Amino acid sequence: MSTMLAVTDLNVSIGQDTLLKSISFEIQQGEIFALVGESGSGKSLTSLAIMRLLPDVISIRSGDITLHNKSLFVLPESQMQKIRGKQIAMIFQEPMSALNPVMTVGEQVAEVIKIHLGLKKDAVRKKVISLFEEVALKNPKERYGWYPHQLSGGQKQRVMIAIALACEPDLLIADEPTTALDVTIQAQVLTLLKKIQKDRGLSILFITHDMAIVAQMADKIAVMYHGEIVEQAERKTFFTHPQHPYTKSLLKDAMVKIEKHTIDIDKDTLLEVEGLKVHFPIKKGLLQRTVGYVKAVDDVTFSIKRGKTLALVGESGSGKSTIGQAILSLIPVTQGSVKFENINLVDLHDKALKVYRRKIQIVFQDPFSALNPRMNIGDIIREGMISLGVGPQTRVLQDEYIKTLLLKVELQADYLTRYPHEFSGGQRQRIGIARALAVEPELIICDEPTSALDVSVRMQVLKLLKKLQKESAVSYLFITHDLSIVPVIADEVAVMKEGKIVEQGLVSDVMHNPQNAYTQKLLLSAPKLPNNENI
Amino acid sequence: MKIILLWTDVMVWLLVISLLLWAWTVSRSPQVRKLWHTVFKSSIAMASAIILLFYLLFALLDSVHFRLATTTNESQSKTLQYGGITSLLDIMFSHNMKNTERTYSAPFATHEYTKSIVLNEHGVTKQEYLPLKYVGTGDDIIGKSIFAGFVGLVIVGVLILMHILWRGRRGLKSELPWRTAYLTFGVLIITFTWLYLLSYHYHVLGTDKVGGDVLYQSLKSIRTGVLIGILTTLIMLPVAVILGVSAGLFGGWVDDGIQYLYTTLSSIPGVLLIAAGVLSMQVMMDNNPTWFETTLERSDLRLLFLIIILGVTSWTGLCRLLRAETLKISQIEFVTAAKAFGVGKVTIIRRHIIPNLMHIILISVVLDFSGLVLAEAVLSYVGVGVDPTMHSWGNMINQARLEMAREPMVWWSLFSAFVFMFILVLAANLFSDRIQRVLDPRNKS
Repeated sequence: MSTMLAVTDLNVSIGQDTLLKSISFEIQQGEIFALVGESGSGKSLTSLAIMRLLPDVISIRSGDITLHNKSLFVLPESQMQKIRGKQIAMIFQEPMSALNPVMTVGEQVAEVIKIHLGLKKDAVRKKVISLFEEVALKNPKERYGWYPHQLSGGQKQRVMIAIALACEPDLLIADEPTTALDVTIQAQVLTLLKKIQKDRGLSILFITHDMAIVAQMADKIAVMYHGEIVEQAERKTFFTHPQHPYTKSLLKDAMVKIEKHTIDIDKDTLLEVEGLKVHFPIKKGLLQRTVGYVKAVDDVTFSIKRGKTLALVGESGSGKSTIGQAILSLIPVTQGSVKFENINLVDLHDKALKVYRRKIQIVFQDPFSALNPRMNIGDIIREGMISLGVGPQTRVLQDEYIKTLLLKVELQADYLTRYPHEFSGGQRQRIGIARALAVEPELIICDEPTSALDVSVRMQVLKLLKKLQKESAVSYLFITHDLSIVPVIADEVAVMKEGKIVEQGLVSDVMHNPQNAYTQKLLLSAPKLPNNENI
Repeated sequence: MKIILLWTDVMVWLLVISLLLWAWTVSRSPQVRKLWHTVFKSSIAMASAIILLFYLLFALLDSVHFRLATTTNESQSKTLQYGGITSLLDIMFSHNMKNTERTYSAPFATHEYTKSIVLNEHGVTKQEYLPLKYVGTGDDIIGKSIFAGFVGLVIVGVLILMHILWRGRRGLKSELPWRTAYLTFGVLIITFTWLYLLSYHYHVLGTDKVGGDVLYQSLKSIRTGVLIGILTTLIMLPVAVILGVSAGLFGGWVDDGIQYLYTTLSSIPGVLLIAAGVLSMQVMMDNNPTWFETTLERSDLRLLFLIIILGVTSWTGLCRLLRAETLKISQIEFVTAAKAFGVGKVTIIRRHIIPNLMHIILISVVLDFSGLVLAEAVLSYVGVGVDPTMHSWGNMINQARLEMAREPMVWWSLFSAFVFMFILVLAANLFSDRIQRVLDPRNKS
């Protein structure tokens, strides 16, 4: 084995701020090297520095990067261009925006081959099709002429991999290649990457925030934190003997124990959803005639007990968010009933509904769009209190009330007068929770509240939710695509697929002993951290 | 003295009051204050803003209309009579207003621009350049300039010193480019005092065909240009905002109706619509001459109509933009959260949608301003703009059409109109550029 890529003592800064602090690592031939860290830790910056694609404002202070023992920094730009693509290739996180929407995918792969290998037309086409076969794209000849919008997310990522492989690079940089994909698709893409790496003897620099993926993929791991590599080790020693406290906490947050869950039968039922159907009409033509329906939610039945949590798990498009909106009466229900404390909300009019608006609240996925950027935190939280007439109604008393709420979600009381842009994602999510809590709800619908957050922040938010539940006996409907967090928060779980619930039960039962084939597949696909025994 | 309120005066002062109110409410929000602070951090924006304020000041001076009392002592009983309608600006330049020459004269000239046939004392007809009636011998122009410059410097010095002291007392340490501001302010004031003081001795920008002072005309035109720029947006804005937001938020047939309306309206050529509107209004005004006491009121009403017609034809672009943006915002989760709180539609519009549209509205208002000033010039040139008796840059350019064809060429009317308009439009464009850069969220990276 020879050293493919060596980064030595790399320092990168913007103005006075140091972004990367003496980064050093080596990637050997045929090795998967994982760079792990939370957002803003400098992992993507490192990969851009390797490609020499850093923005102009960011300058490299010192250090060197060598590929096959040749320094990349001394090369003229024209030579570097040859290295990009031919020796180092890259796959990005977002396959949707990395492909040109007006070119067929075949042409896009062919373009790269033409530029770098200079083959003839027929040979190029043959090469593209063989590449498509290699990345396991079905019907490669037919797919050659397809446009990106005709492909699914996973297929697009396969095309991206094909483009990256087109010129037979020595090093592949994969920057969060599966973050935007569903669990089952993620598993397929990861297996594919691993297989290609073995077949071709490729080196991969794998950038991710997900410890479980690292455990599955990497040979060597480096943990980045605030622009520094805090720990670097072989996989085995990394997981058995983590040294740095940050690594330890990362591993601890990623590791979830499944406890035995019980449901008290005597607790009363808060929410009962029966035979819920939400169908969206498909309209076509000049007169907007309804030609069919999208069955977003199709005959769903479940119930939530007071003070308990039901997790609704499913991949994107399975209709789980639609259920949340239907319960909130934000979209019309086609059929079925949503009974809250034995009152059917579907039958109620806007005015009568207002009483129940108070009792059911929602926490959103994206903490950046959930808060109006033009309102300060106090006004954001106050809005529901005024609209629904909850809590004190004078401004001074409201301010006091909001301050106690902020403390309750572990923020500082004086954040009241600040604006959303001053806060990080985790803090904003806490504000979102405080806003929901302000009207003293009995049920909170959490729509993927942690999927936009970093691992360590995610755990804190989940713990906060759990703590709040203990204090005020609020129930949660926890909508998520991430199976790994279900045991932390939920008592019961329902698995959704294509608008239907395929399996539901106690968390411990479903997670340990799944009955439905789809649930089994989901659980298998989810990358898992190794237990200490089986490394 | 009797204050006269013309229609456009009412609108201008209403606008000024609402602008001040808006500035006051805005200044209470630290976030918005910080944004405006960033706008003025650029020295170009600062200079442009001062120039714009200067123009606005002239427009406002020219928007205070009144009739001066002229008492006549007839048979012991004093009867109060009023003269014609004048404005503050007219009073400042009353010497230029009264001192009309016979015909063309070049800037700073002492004699007329063309030869006239005169009969001298020997009974011989001769062609010669006649001296101007209200211009002296024209000597010591340098001495007068130095004096004017000195006066200007003193005024500038005093005002700037006062501002510096005021800043010092408040202990403000701001990073705003005050030096650029003082420089722009100084140049403007000194240039203006120079022009103004010399205008007592010369026609500094020459005279037109009937001997009217061009400087006075150009300054009077400021009101027309600025009014069209500002008031048109005032008319257009509520229509665009109300229709755009309701189309985006309510959807369904409301959306269809509004879309239909603006698609239809924007597919009719704008000039055609404006010409039709102005001409029919012209006919109406000709048929009812009793509506107006003075020609000023008449031309003012025509200006108002032009503004309304321009407003009615120009809201479609902004409306379309606002509809799209509202559609986008209404899908964002904070609006869903508000709905989950049972907040009413009107409150959602007021508290969540409009504040997030403000940057678009502001940017388009400032961008439209310069376009409308130019549109006035074009329309008046074509003949469907403001009343021919009203001072406007468009009318000046229209008249200059023939003057340019003369030999020797009479260039100063066109030149003055061009310079005055150019500075205004350039300042507005630079300012809008800066506003767009700061307020448009897409520029943040």
